[in-house]
Amino acid sequence: MKKTLVALLLAVICLPTFAQDRTVTGKVTDAKDGSPLVAASVVVKGTKKGTSTGADGTFTLKVSASDNTLVVSFLNYASKEISIKGQSTFNVTLSPTSDQLNEVVVIGYGSVRKKDLTGSVANITSKDFNTGVVATPEQLISGKVAGVAITSNSGAPGAGSTIRIRGGASLNASNDPLIVIDGMPIDAGGISGQANALALINPNDIESFSVLKDASASAIYGARASNGVILITTKKGKKGAMKVNFSSQYGIAENSKQADIFTADEIRKIVNEKGTAAFKAVLGAENTDWQKQIYQSATSTDNNLSLSGAVAGALPYRLSLGNLQQDGILKTGNLKRTTIGVNLSPTFFKDHLSVNLSYKYSESSSRFADQGAIGSATNFDPTQPVYSGSKRFGGYWEWLDATSTTGLRSLSPRNPLGILEQKQDNSNVSRKIASALIDYKVHFLPDLHVVVNTGSDIATGAGTIVINDSAASSYKRYKDAGGMFNGPFHGGVNNQYLQERDNSYFNAYLNYATDLKAISSRLELTGGYEYQDYKTTNYNFPDRTYDNTIVSSPNYAFNVPEYRLISYLGRANLNIKNKYILTASVRQDGSSKFNPDNRYAVFPSAALAWKLKEEDMFKSSTVVSDLKLRASYGVTGQQDGIGYYDYISYYNLGTNTAQYQFGNAFYSIYRPGGYYYNRKWEQTATANVALDFGFFNNRVSGTIEAYNRTTTDLLNEINQPAGTNFSNKIVANIGSMENNGVEFTLNLVPIKSKDLTWDLSVNATYNKNKITKLTISDDPTYAGARYGGISGGTGNTIMIQSVGYNRGSFFVFKQVYDAKGNPIDGLFADLNRDGIINEKDLYQYKGNDPQWYLGANSKVTYKKWNAGIVMRANLGNYLYNNVASSTGTLRNIMNPLGYINNGSRDYLTSGFSGNGANYFLSDYYVKNASFFRIDNISLGYNVGKVWNDKASLQLNANIQNAYILTKYNGLDPEMTGGVDNNFYPRPRTISFGINLNF
Amino acid sequence: MKTNIYKIVLATVVSFVVMASCSKSLDLLPTNDVTSTTVYSTATGYKQAFAKVYASFALTGNTGPAGNGDIQGLDEGTADFLRLYWKAQELSTDEAVVAWGDPGLPDFHKMNWSASNPMLTGLYYRSFYQITLANDFIRQASDANLASRGIAADDVVAIKKFKTEARFLRAYQYAVLMDLFGNVPFITDADALGSVLPKQKTRTELFNYIESELKAIEPDLVDARKNEYGRADKAAAWALLARIYLNAQVYTGTARYTDAVTYSKKVIDAGYSLISDYTKLMRADNYNNTSEFILTINYDGMKTQNWGGTTFLTHAPIGGSMVASTFGVDGGWGGLRTTKALSDKFADITGATDKRAQFYTTGQNVDISDVSTFTDGYAITKFRNIKADGTSGSSLTFADIDFPIFRLGEMYLVYAESVLRGGTGGDATTALGYVNALRQRAYGNSNGNITSGQLTTDFILDERSRELYWEGFRRSDLIRYGKFTESTYLWPWKGGVKSGSGVDAFRKLYPIPSADISSNPNLVQNTGY
Repeated sequence: MKKTLVALLLAVICLPTFAQDRTVTGKVTDAKDGSPLVAASVVVKGTKKGTSTGADGTFTLKVSASDNTLVVSFLNYASKEISIKGQSTFNVTLSPTSDQLNEVVVIGYGSVRKKDLTGSVANITSKDFNTGVVATPEQLISGKVAGVAITSNSGAPGAGSTIRIRGGASLNASNDPLIVIDGMPIDAGGISGQANALALINPNDIESFSVLKDASASAIYGARASNGVILITTKKGKKGAMKVNFSSQYGIAENSKQADIFTADEIRKIVNEKGTAAFKAVLGAENTDWQKQIYQSATSTDNNLSLSGAVAGALPYRLSLGNLQQDGILKTGNLKRTTIGVNLSPTFFKDHLSVNLSYKYSESSSRFADQGAIGSATNFDPTQPVYSGSKRFGGYWEWLDATSTTGLRSLSPRNPLGILEQKQDNSNVSRKIASALIDYKVHFLPDLHVVVNTGSDIATGAGTIVINDSAASSYKRYKDAGGMFNGPFHGGVNNQYLQERDNSYFNAYLNYATDLKAISSRLELTGGYEYQDYKTTNYNFPDRTYDNTIVSSPNYAFNVPEYRLISYLGRANLNIKNKYILTASVRQDGSSKFNPDNRYAVFPSAALAWKLKEEDMFKSSTVVSDLKLRASYGVTGQQDGIGYYDYISYYNLGTNTAQYQFGNAFYSIYRPGGYYYNRKWEQTATANVALDFGFFNNRVSGTIEAYNRTTTDLLNEINQPAGTNFSNKIVANIGSMENNGVEFTLNLVPIKSKDLTWDLSVNATYNKNKITKLTISDDPTYAGARYGGISGGTGNTIMIQSVGYNRGSFFVFKQVYDAKGNPIDGLFADLNRDGIINEKDLYQYKGNDPQWYLGANSKVTYKKWNAGIVMRANLGNYLYNNVASSTGTLRNIMNPLGYINNGSRDYLTSGFSGNGANYFLSDYYVKNASFFRIDNISLGYNVGKVWNDKASLQLNANIQNAYILTKYNGLDPEMTGGVDNNFYPRPRTISFGINLNF
Repeated sequence: MKTNIYKIVLATVVSFVVMASCSKSLDLLPTNDVTSTTVYSTATGYKQAFAKVYASFALTGNTGPAGNGDIQGLDEGTADFLRLYWKAQELSTDEAVVAWGDPGLPDFHKMNWSASNPMLTGLYYRSFYQITLANDFIRQASDANLASRGIAADDVVAIKKFKTEARFLRAYQYAVLMDLFGNVPFITDADALGSVLPKQKTRTELFNYIESELKAIEPDLVDARKNEYGRADKAAAWALLARIYLNAQVYTGTARYTDAVTYSKKVIDAGYSLISDYTKLMRADNYNNTSEFILTINYDGMKTQNWGGTTFLTHAPIGGSMVASTFGVDGGWGGLRTTKALSDKFADITGATDKRAQFYTTGQNVDISDVSTFTDGYAITKFRNIKADGTSGSSLTFADIDFPIFRLGEMYLVYAESVLRGGTGGDATTALGYVNALRQRAYGNSNGNITSGQLTTDFILDERSRELYWEGFRRSDLIRYGKFTESTYLWPWKGGVKSGSGVDAFRKLYPIPSADISSNPNLVQNTGY
């Protein structure tokens, strides 16, 4: 108000002097660092007169006498109005917008201002990313977004994560969200030699994540959107002087927890008390901590260099170079990754044609530690030494049996350190992602954009597995066919693998936006075509022993599975009076995985947002800074995670080890495969309502959201009526499932002053899942589909999908306890009271999915210091402790085959003998695995200008996996899949980093 | 100029879109797998598909030993026909116990299996799998198909033989299903695959079908002992008929002992003879035993690899102080033993008098106090992956031993029992001769021979046990004799009780797996389950 008055005053005083055309010039710079802002818009207020700044941030504009004010604006920066009265040269500084509502959020096939969003989209930009040694992109946003659970699959270098958005929508098909990098949907699957495809993307190249959660946001990705969509946008160059960024992280990782097993003395005590003479005789005198033997403290370094700017002021570029070296805490494992990123974003024809070219290359080489050593270390007899003193079996101590062919005791575990050190499992993986985005603003119709986006993602994974023939693990594993009992034998492994992936993507769409002045509205229409092709070439190699003797050969040199999607999409967005925003989208998808009659499906969605803030009631409120009500409904589809060609029966030729003999000849066999002609799209309908709010200039802001997701025609593996198919189980569209949930996000800025800022963000998600149908005919005696293999027995499973229960229930016997609360060995409740304990007495118990996901982030900045903390909690999740059930019994410690094992100290609680088999399925082993953990604590110091003001320097320190609070008695309560068995521990990593900008 | 630029840009973009849209199709084919049209375009393809129908007996899938299984929902290594059939026929009886706790496995000996038992489900679907393969092959080998695919006349003759054998295999599996499950869904090549939900047939209806089908194909089967090794001939059909006639009283309520005499005699008269040494029956090179074997499941340690079949029967009974290499294998699995009820059938268990007594007793307790302890119960040494000359089989992991589905010894006993039970067309003297032929081989002399007064049906039951133990007969035999579920005959841990206990009579039939009940509304569960 004050400013306006001054301007008015000036205008009145100076009016006569400037009542004629003149030229004004100026420079627009970034308030933060003084760098010029290129292509900022400079417009005379109330007119169409305007220009944009050049490469050095300067502008020149002719104005007339009546022009009073210039509006200077730049994307993601707060606009400024400047009076031009009495002055012709201006230095304008713009500040990056603090108002997050003006942030532009990337959505499918376009972008939108955050305040105009109608769907449920969470946006996380680089400033909010998790810090420390982050080797894989998804970990950048773990714990940051309500409704998004990111669980690392293990502590191994480069290990992937299981990402679940609102719990996932499927049973047998995939529950992984679709991941789109710079507009290109990528294949979620890994490649041989790197199970986690995302680990080939350098996290440092990422600018932002958009998580599309409801159907309104994601249905535009129809085909693959049922589990939500994560859009990753990578960093691009900006016009202006060259900026160089160098960052380096050095980390030290330590194993934070070992499996709770007996010491050597305890084993000796147990065997001496309860064992037969034969067992006492094989006891050793050593005290070997096998877990100590296999784990190590491991270092990692992560160096990143990026350069950005514009060539000749016209060709914006960004170049990045990354190098990661990470050792695993399990000995022998490591990962080395080099990444190169190039991004060019020139514009032509006065910005009518903008082009973004991006190329990402990564090469990683890994040595994989044999994770079998983890189980072996919890199981191997601690009374035995590491080395035998002889040269046999590489010098490692093993269980021997003089009468066996190999000299090794049959079925006994192998020396854990030997398993690791005697195996060379090396991979080399490269990946190239090239993409081009062309956005053409049509000359004669600037409201119309023609956008073409095309790309290819090519990866090659190759590796070798070599095990020396003296190693016990594969000793004398092959005997020549003509050989006798004494051989000749061949041992060890000398194998290789090679896989190539060639995915291509093409998308073209038109985008038209126009103001409908008559109804004070703006209409935006998008329509396009998309094509995706996913092709993998698997090369097959013979299985060879160390001396290259062929054990078995493949039938075919290679196999090329491929699938393809062709889609048409459209979206209309109508913003009425900036109060009501309607979005409707429709997408038709065709997949090569379905028969021609079922191939295509249509996925529609609609959403409405009501910007209450714009209503008179709130418009002038100083308390309410934002208020928006949203509602949406839409249908998405799913076809990931199923066979590529299953709609007709194909014949498969058996291998040369699966022939059949007639007379004296052996014949290869042709087998017709199971098929399901009528398979079609799994569909998920999502309804979503939400309230976005902001108070006190958004010092308090957040969202509360509720959703219902109903999946029908579930891609579900069902039993086939006997005699009607070549497979007794086939994935068909039978069944339905429901997810209901509430999400809550609250962002607070409790303190905001010149020297001290405190940001606090908390999120909470409640999700309840229920399976409502699974079979064709309702059969009350059918318990459901059992899965979740465990170690112990052959073919035991612990989990079940049952109608009326949540997905992933445990299916267990009810343990009977004595008066003191101790479980009674082998005694279970006869639930159906028929006098016998069999499968009919199993019951559905709890589940692996948490009911509550909680996340909290806090960041405090005081002068040059900043400190952050990231915390998460999952509540209501259970785990089956398979380490306890498979090792914590007397029978395991004194194995009837004549050797001694270590075991879980859970034996002290259970006292189980290990006789019989039902105890494996006891609910005693299903434990509450709710937890609270501090993922990350960070501390940063901004040194500021160094080297004669040529550079600015920041220092940081992090602790990852800092703390965990849980009642769960296993190694780690956070696991997907429900079964805790020999988990690669997540290390605690302390890291130090520097960040230099110049 | 400006117009030109955007026209060019627009034209480029549009043509790009059009090109991309039109050049791609959603019809994709697998690289190496082929359709039926390709497989059945040649006589070689017919034989390879035909080989699969047989191979379903021996293999668990298309990758040996495992990795591409036929049957889903069960550990592949345990999902072959013989291993599952053997468990259902032997573990439920006095002849075998197993130490392992695999899901559903202990239920057999405890006799408390349910309709969701994974082993029974696997067996049921394995039998139907072979039936489905046979149905498909029969359809593919129709006259019309052979003509339209231009198969040469010589090959057509051979393929028609294949087709007849596929019908035999189908009948065999229906006989297995009839014996185990009683009333099962029924489907033949007459209904296109997946076009109808199979309707359930009663046990009697199945019996009638099997009988008429075997008689119908008999003329078209290769003459006895004239087919390639491993393939069914007329004698196989007769042997199957003899076997179902022997049990007809159980299946249909009507005894058919005269027919059993007729058909067992047909087999016996076809020129078979007993091999001289009983202990050489189940050896790595027992493909040489063609004088006695009528139809075998063929295994090979290099070329027909799987974790079931005779590999299972060789490894699984090795444990305790047994030395695996003396059985021609690289290790024991410490699982299978027998009960006292079997060893007690031999007066001398050392094998010194009756060579059929192939027990391992060192360090083994004859009494079983804990079923899961290998050293409780005598082990059986009948299956050895060693050739008759003492040299080893081709692999130390996978056995070469072929498994006889029918052998002459059984036919002798069928003949004798049927005569004793009143079947006509035979005579007691011949019956006695057959039984004594078996005993003479077992003893190596006539010391074990019995008199006509000793030849009773009860003697036959015990003799069957001595001669045929662990060959997959015991459950059917005990049911025929009224000793399976009844309390009149007990064995250690029968019904889950150490001293043995009777169980409900409905357990003479296994339940139809709930997997099929829940997917085929035509089915009604067997009484009691």
